[in-house]
Amino acid sequence: MNQLTKTILILMLLLFMGGGVFAQAADEEALVDTIGPPAPSPPTNITVSDKPNDAGHGLIIRWELSPDDGAGLNNVIMYDVMRSDSPDGEFSSRNLVPSGDKVYVDIEDTKPTEVLPNPDYMPANSTWYYRIVAMSDQQVSSVPSETVSGTTIENIFHWGKLPILFGVLIFGSFLIIFITGAKKGKELYVRPLAGINAVDDAIGRATEMGKPILFILGLGTAGDIATIAGFTILARVAKRTAEYQTRVLVPVQEAVVLAVAQETVRTAYLEAGRPDQYNPDDVFFVTALQFPYVAAVNGIMLREKPATNFYCGKFYAESLILAETGNIAGAIQISGTDEVAQLPFFVAATDYTLLGEELYAASAYLSKEPVQLGTLKAQDYTKAVVMVFVIIGTIAITFGLPYILTLVTVNL
Amino acid sequence: MKREIPILIVGITGFTMLIQYFIPTGWSEFIFTYAQDWTIVIGILALPLGIWSLVKANVSKLKVPGERFYSSVLLGGFLIMILTCLSRENIRMGSFHMDIFTYVLVPIQATLFSLLAFYVASAAYRAFRARSILATILLLTAFIIMFRFIPLGPISDLNNSVVTWILTIPNMAAKRALWMGIGLGATATAMKIILGIERTYMGHD
Repeated sequence: MNQLTKTILILMLLLFMGGGVFAQAADEEALVDTIGPPAPSPPTNITVSDKPNDAGHGLIIRWELSPDDGAGLNNVIMYDVMRSDSPDGEFSSRNLVPSGDKVYVDIEDTKPTEVLPNPDYMPANSTWYYRIVAMSDQQVSSVPSETVSGTTIENIFHWGKLPILFGVLIFGSFLIIFITGAKKGKELYVRPLAGINAVDDAIGRATEMGKPILFILGLGTAGDIATIAGFTILARVAKRTAEYQTRVLVPVQEAVVLAVAQETVRTAYLEAGRPDQYNPDDVFFVTALQFPYVAAVNGIMLREKPATNFYCGKFYAESLILAETGNIAGAIQISGTDEVAQLPFFVAATDYTLLGEELYAASAYLSKEPVQLGTLKAQDYTKAVVMVFVIIGTIAITFGLPYILTLVTVNL
Repeated sequence: MKREIPILIVGITGFTMLIQYFIPTGWSEFIFTYAQDWTIVIGILALPLGIWSLVKANVSKLKVPGERFYSSVLLGGFLIMILTCLSRENIRMGSFHMDIFTYVLVPIQATLFSLLAFYVASAAYRAFRARSILATILLLTAFIIMFRFIPLGPISDLNNSVVTWILTIPNMAAKRALWMGIGLGATATAMKIILGIERTYMGHD
C-alpha cells in the first residue's frame, strides 16, 4: 500500500468516525426534544414562621436553595412561592422570588370590605400552607417542595421600635427634670435666635409704615407639627399686632387650619384687651390648591404691600415663589419650616430663617416662660445624648464592631 | 372648665396614640384607622367653613374699588364651577365642567409652577454674590455642582467624583443634622401639647 492509499484510507476512517459522532449528537438532540430540557430540583428545608411586630397579618418563608441554583445544572432563575389555606387545597402563586434569595415575607393586611373583597387577606391566628417551586431558565418547573404550614400571631409589642421607646423615655426624663427646675425658679440660658429677635422689629416696622403684616401658615394640615408651631408663633405675633393696632392678614388653604387660625387670632386680640379690633375677615380661606393659593397670596402681597411677611409652617414648591414675590414687594420677611428641601430657598429669599427645630422653639423664645424654656433645654440634652451615640457608633463601625448599630437600629 | 376639658381631651388622645405606636395588635390598628378616619371627617365637615369664609370675604371686598375686579372674577368662577357640576353627568371627562378644569385651571397652575425657574435664577443671583468668604465658597460649590451637567472632556470624571463627594459627605451631614433637630423638635412640641404646656394653638396662652 503506497502512501497515497494509506492517506485516503485514514481520511475515510476519520469521516466515518466523525459521522458517527454527529449521528450521536443528533440522536441526543432528538432525545432532548422528546423529553424536554431538564427540570431543576426544588428547594429544601422550608420553614414558615410568624412575621414579628405586626398584628398577625404576615408570615416569613425561608428555604435552602435548590441544588441547581448556582451549582448543579445551574438553571434556576426564580422560585415561585405558592400558598393555600389547606394542605390539600389549591395552591396559588404569591410571588416570584429571584434565584439566590432564600426568604420571602408574605403580608396581606388589607381587610376585605363589601365593596372590595380580599380573599388573600391573612387574619390573625390563621394557618396557611406553603410550597415552593424552582423554575428554570427554559421555563421548566421543578416538582413542588414539601408543604409546610405556619400560623399568623398577633404581637402585643413592636420590639423593632424599642430604641424609639428608649429615646422617648430619655427625652421625657430630661423634660421632667428641666420643667421641675424651671418651676423652682432656676435660670435657664438659651442662645439668641436672630429670626426671633427680629419679630418685634418687624412688627414695629409695619406699625410705623401703617401697613399690614402677612402671616402665611403654609400648605400643611392642622395636624402637622410645623403648622401647630406656626399657630403658636401666630398667637404671639397677633397679640403684639393687637397691642400696636396693626392689621395681620392670614390667608389659609385648609378649612380646619382656618378655624384654628381664626380662634388663635381672636383670642390673641382678646388677651391684648382689644377684642373690638379683631376682624374675622382678616383670617380667610383662599383655596385648597397649591398654585391657586400662591396666585392669591402673591396678589395680596403686590396689592396690599404688607410691611412684614411671616412664613411659618409646611412649605413645598411654592416657598420660593412666595418669598421672591415678597422680596420684590419690599417686605421684611421671616421664614421657618421643617421641610429641609425648602430651607435653601427661604435662606436665599428671606431676611431671617428659622431652620427646622428653631421653628418649633420659636414659641418658647417668644413667650420666655420658664416651663417652655425647660423643654428647649431637655431637647438640647437629648440631642447631646444622640450625638454621643453617633460618635460611639462611628468609632464602633470604623473598628468593625457593628453591635452598637444593631442596638440602636429601628426595624419598622 | 372651658380650658381644662380640651387640654384633657388632647392629653388623653395624645397618650393613647403614643402607646398605640408601640402596640401592633388589631385593637391598636383599629384605633389608628379610626383616628385617621376622624381626621378626614373633620376636614370634610370643616369645608363649608372655608367656603363661607371665602364667599363672605370676597362679597365684602366687592365694595372696595381696588379689590372689586378680583373678587368679581373669583365669585363668578366659583358660581360657574358650582352650577356646571350640579348633576353627576357634568363631572365626567368631556363635560363643560371638566373642560374648564382641564383646559383652564390645569394650564394656569402649570404656568405658575413654571415661574419657579425664573425665581430660582433671581434668588440664586442674590445668594451667590461673593460678598464674604462663605458666600464665595457657596458660589464655587454651586459652579462645581452645575458643571456636572456640562461635558467637560477629560475632567468630567474628576468633577463627577467631587460632586458625588460634596453631595454624599458634607451635604448629607448637614441634612442629617437638620433632620435630627427636626425630629427632636417635633417630639418636644408634641410632648408640650400632650402635657398641656403648649396651649397657644387652642387660642390660649
